[in-house]
Amino acid sequence: MHGDSEPPRLDPEVLLAVAAREDSERGVLKIFFGAAPGVGKTFAMLEAARRARAEGLDVVLGVVETHGRGETAALLAGLPALPLRPCEHRGVALREFDLDAALARRPARLVVDELAHTNAPGSRHPKRWQDVFELLEAGIDVHTTLNVQHLESLNDVVAQITWVRVRETIPDAVFDRADEVELVDLPPDALLERLREGRVYLPAQARRAADAFFRKGNLLALRELALRRMAQRVDSDVQAYRREHGISTPWPAAERLLVCVGPSPGGARLVRAAARIAAGLRAEWLAATVETPALALAGAAARDQLAASLRLAESLGAEVRTLVDDDVAAALLRLARERNVTRIVVGKPARTRWRDRLHRSLLRDLVRGSGGIDVHVVTGDRDASTPPPERRAADHSPPGHYLWCLVLVAGLTGLGSALFPVVDRSDLIMLYMVGIMLAAARFGFGPATVTAVLSVGAYDFFYVPPYFTFAVHDANYLLTFAVMLAAGLLISTLTARVRMQGEAARVRERRTAALYSLSRELAQLGDRNRVAACAARHIAEIFGARVAVLLPDGRGELVVVEGTDAALVADPRERSVARWAFEHGPAGHDTDTLPGAAATHLPLIAAGRTIGVLTVEPGERQRDTAAERLLETFCSQTALALHRVLLAQEAQAADLRARAEELRSALLSSVSHDLRTPLATITGAATTLLEGGPELPREVHHDLADAIREEAERLARLVANLLDMSRLESGEIALHRDWTPIDEPIGAALGRLEAQLEGRELTVRIEPGLPLVALDAVLMEQLLMNLLENAVKYTPPGSPLAIQVMREGDAIVLEVLDRGPGLAAEVVPRIFDKFVRASGPPGSQGVGLGLAICRAVAQAHGGTISAGPRPGGGAAFRVTLPIGGAAPPVPAEDEQA
Amino acid sequence: MTERSLLILLVEDEPQLRRFLRPLLRTHGYRVVEAETAREGVTMAQSHNPDIVLLDLGLPDGDGVEVARQLRAWSQVPIIVLSARGREQDKVEALDAGADDYLIKPFGSAELLARLRVALRHAARGVQVTPGSTHTFGDVRVDLTRRTVHRGEAEVHLTPHEYKLLITLIHNVGKVVTHRQLLREVWGPGAQQTHYLRVYMGQLRQKLEEDPARPRWLATEAGVGYRLRDDPAR
Repeated sequence: MHGDSEPPRLDPEVLLAVAAREDSERGVLKIFFGAAPGVGKTFAMLEAARRARAEGLDVVLGVVETHGRGETAALLAGLPALPLRPCEHRGVALREFDLDAALARRPARLVVDELAHTNAPGSRHPKRWQDVFELLEAGIDVHTTLNVQHLESLNDVVAQITWVRVRETIPDAVFDRADEVELVDLPPDALLERLREGRVYLPAQARRAADAFFRKGNLLALRELALRRMAQRVDSDVQAYRREHGISTPWPAAERLLVCVGPSPGGARLVRAAARIAAGLRAEWLAATVETPALALAGAAARDQLAASLRLAESLGAEVRTLVDDDVAAALLRLARERNVTRIVVGKPARTRWRDRLHRSLLRDLVRGSGGIDVHVVTGDRDASTPPPERRAADHSPPGHYLWCLVLVAGLTGLGSALFPVVDRSDLIMLYMVGIMLAAARFGFGPATVTAVLSVGAYDFFYVPPYFTFAVHDANYLLTFAVMLAAGLLISTLTARVRMQGEAARVRERRTAALYSLSRELAQLGDRNRVAACAARHIAEIFGARVAVLLPDGRGELVVVEGTDAALVADPRERSVARWAFEHGPAGHDTDTLPGAAATHLPLIAAGRTIGVLTVEPGERQRDTAAERLLETFCSQTALALHRVLLAQEAQAADLRARAEELRSALLSSVSHDLRTPLATITGAATTLLEGGPELPREVHHDLADAIREEAERLARLVANLLDMSRLESGEIALHRDWTPIDEPIGAALGRLEAQLEGRELTVRIEPGLPLVALDAVLMEQLLMNLLENAVKYTPPGSPLAIQVMREGDAIVLEVLDRGPGLAAEVVPRIFDKFVRASGPPGSQGVGLGLAICRAVAQAHGGTISAGPRPGGGAAFRVTLPIGGAAPPVPAEDEQA
Repeated sequence: MTERSLLILLVEDEPQLRRFLRPLLRTHGYRVVEAETAREGVTMAQSHNPDIVLLDLGLPDGDGVEVARQLRAWSQVPIIVLSARGREQDKVEALDAGADDYLIKPFGSAELLARLRVALRHAARGVQVTPGSTHTFGDVRVDLTRRTVHRGEAEVHLTPHEYKLLITLIHNVGKVVTHRQLLREVWGPGAQQTHYLRVYMGQLRQKLEEDPARPRWLATEAGVGYRLRDDPAR
């Protein structure tokens, strides 16, 4: 199927097929749940598969681990199985479940063993349960197996019972989302019996641990865990059933739990403990962390630790909150009160007592301020606040800074020896203090400490007798050194802290400013492409990343917005990841889905609606949780702005539809009137002619025939106008632009209107030396004819008309002027709208399309049209047309006949 | 003129139009044969050898342009195309395929008869200019043998291109000449720059028209070409 070395196997076809099936029913997930390996889960699952197969259901085996067990293998016979996908990891040939093949095969039910399995690197999803979810979303039922120790929330408990830490876990939410769970139960004695008979397979590497694991005590405990978890599930099923069926029960006062997570390795354990408590109480729970200035500067390892804990909490069903405050306890209590939290869970502090005295203790503050809220203290976490910031700052200083400290001390010593003859020896200490302060302010705590030690050393070596040795004659100096060192350390601690706080404030300030400038700029934009491009630019700047924004076009295809980095998704595989992200959630680099992709693809979601995809390829600058959160904020800001634009566009479209509707009815009434009137005349005149016969006087005869001709002409004009309008509006007319002297369409229009212009004084003034204009001659002639006809129609017979053409900058301005009654002020704004007719002499009215056509033609040429009063009386219609560059020159020619 | 007893082939699928054209043409002394489809039109032209063809462009079994092209392959019979308004491209195609003139529906009887007369006159005279002939319109007199142009008494100097343009229009007086035909005649085959044509036409109007902004003789057929009128407008 796929090459062995090709890491992420993205088959866009399959991905799109998955998307297409999104709408169909979600598949049913059934888990065969057991307390330990060997209880017979796979066996039970296969038996069920055989039964279903016998009943005619399309059951296919996706992956089944028989572990060489004969009785299990026997059950495989006769069941169709998907071939496994060969892949290679670090030279080891592996065979993995083939998700794409399963999606393509699309059986009614797929059997996928071992839900907690971790896929080989390079697979679409890191975990098998994610494969299973994709199958379910594609509408395929899945049967699978799971042992109790693989449940995330029970992981620690199992480890404590059995001393075996299970690495492969699944979030409890997966277990809870299963439609059906069947407990495969085997009493421990029977399992041990099986084990003795060698009927339970044990992997070679686990054989050592097996003896410890398969002890009766362990098995009893695991069985109890499994049964309890099962009972919990049954209980929640009952609850759900009661809720669904409107059975009201006396509901216990709702419990709500808050767990405080800090950036320490025990965080995960703390989160799991909280999850267990919450599950036991059937309570909602929140996981919160407080971002202090120190945390903003904390080391990358600690921040990753914190992010991992929070992700874990989220996967266990917690609502995750990040608070920003200097006072951790106050922030947590505020959140707790806000959300009616009944219990707070914190880790037990692992500090020594004297440090606890020195530092403000989070636990003490929480307990003191908790009031009616219970506080649970759980082992595992050191402290919910940040680790001591001093260490962090030291971590940061590059070696160069320490070198500078050496230079600093050497310089001070040089200065000291210059001053030594004139000042007191003890005064020199002040000099070194200044140096320590400088080092702390400039380089942070670590270098300042080194400076302090070096200073004491240098002072001893150079200025305390005996000189140039570290030996000291007077024991009093030892006290001096101690005080000097202590003062130096104190100074460096305080200065470093001030510096760190300043830096943290700066970081926060920079990010806030970036966010502010983004939202301010976004608020001013009204076009979704410009919003997207602007956001991409900002994000690229702040994160030093390459950014592309993809938005769906009219047909739902994702299209890269112009002005963003299109090369990022030029690869069709990257594009299919973006598609996946658009339909399912974050995907690509550094996510749980398709992590082999080069970039991270984040869906832009606002008001529950996915608007587009933000694709980010992280740049040089280091990524940390704060940056990640900032990116999320940018993402949601962008999504909100896009959503706003989208809503505005939709409102506009709705408005347009309403106006189109209005127009349609105007058209109907107008057209029906304008069509019927001439038709009535024609019918009447023709029938009179027919029936009157030879008795009709000759002039009546002629008059009737003339009426027919006139009305037919009127109809022809009306139909022509309607056709022109609809063709112009539908964009069916492609402009045939050619370089044209402006006098040509004017002459042509005047030529065609000779009859109507009879008896009118008409002056044409064309500025000499006008350049050629890129025009569609036919449409321009139409425009001029309509303007002139309009002028003829609405001005008294015999009143003069004028046409003026001049150049204004890069445009040609063409005016049609009359000396009629002028335009009523209320008509002017709508005069170029369709079906708008000014009141004119009776019988002169058209359908109200002539000027609308003029505007359509002018706009098709990239020009404008306006109407207004003419100085000295009458109306002026003004058409502005862009010249459209310079025409290719016409070769000159000798002037001779 | 011997307009009487000339035979007109009317290729038109619309019965109502034939119903009005048949008596009109007959009362003006023409004989009329009718065809309803393109294929029938070509067959009738071969069997009846008409003096003039009135050809509708929108025929049920094919394009009128194709009919014109087929007829032109073996016959010099004048063809007048009848077409609905607004399809400039169709008209140009038909004219380039060999049609002599076109009429836009709806048209009046007077206009149709005038076009018929022009087409028949051209057919009778042929394309060649007889030596010693002159052509006059308004106060302009063109001596075709001496290649001089006079306006009133004064001689007007034309550039070679202007003169060729004028001569081409005079040869087709009363008929529309497409841009492509004019370009070919004046600048030679393969010329594409229609804006040359517009510029030279403007110059010609400046030199020959009384009011160049409102030309009476050198008429523009927008999107199609130009026509030298043989009877003055107004």
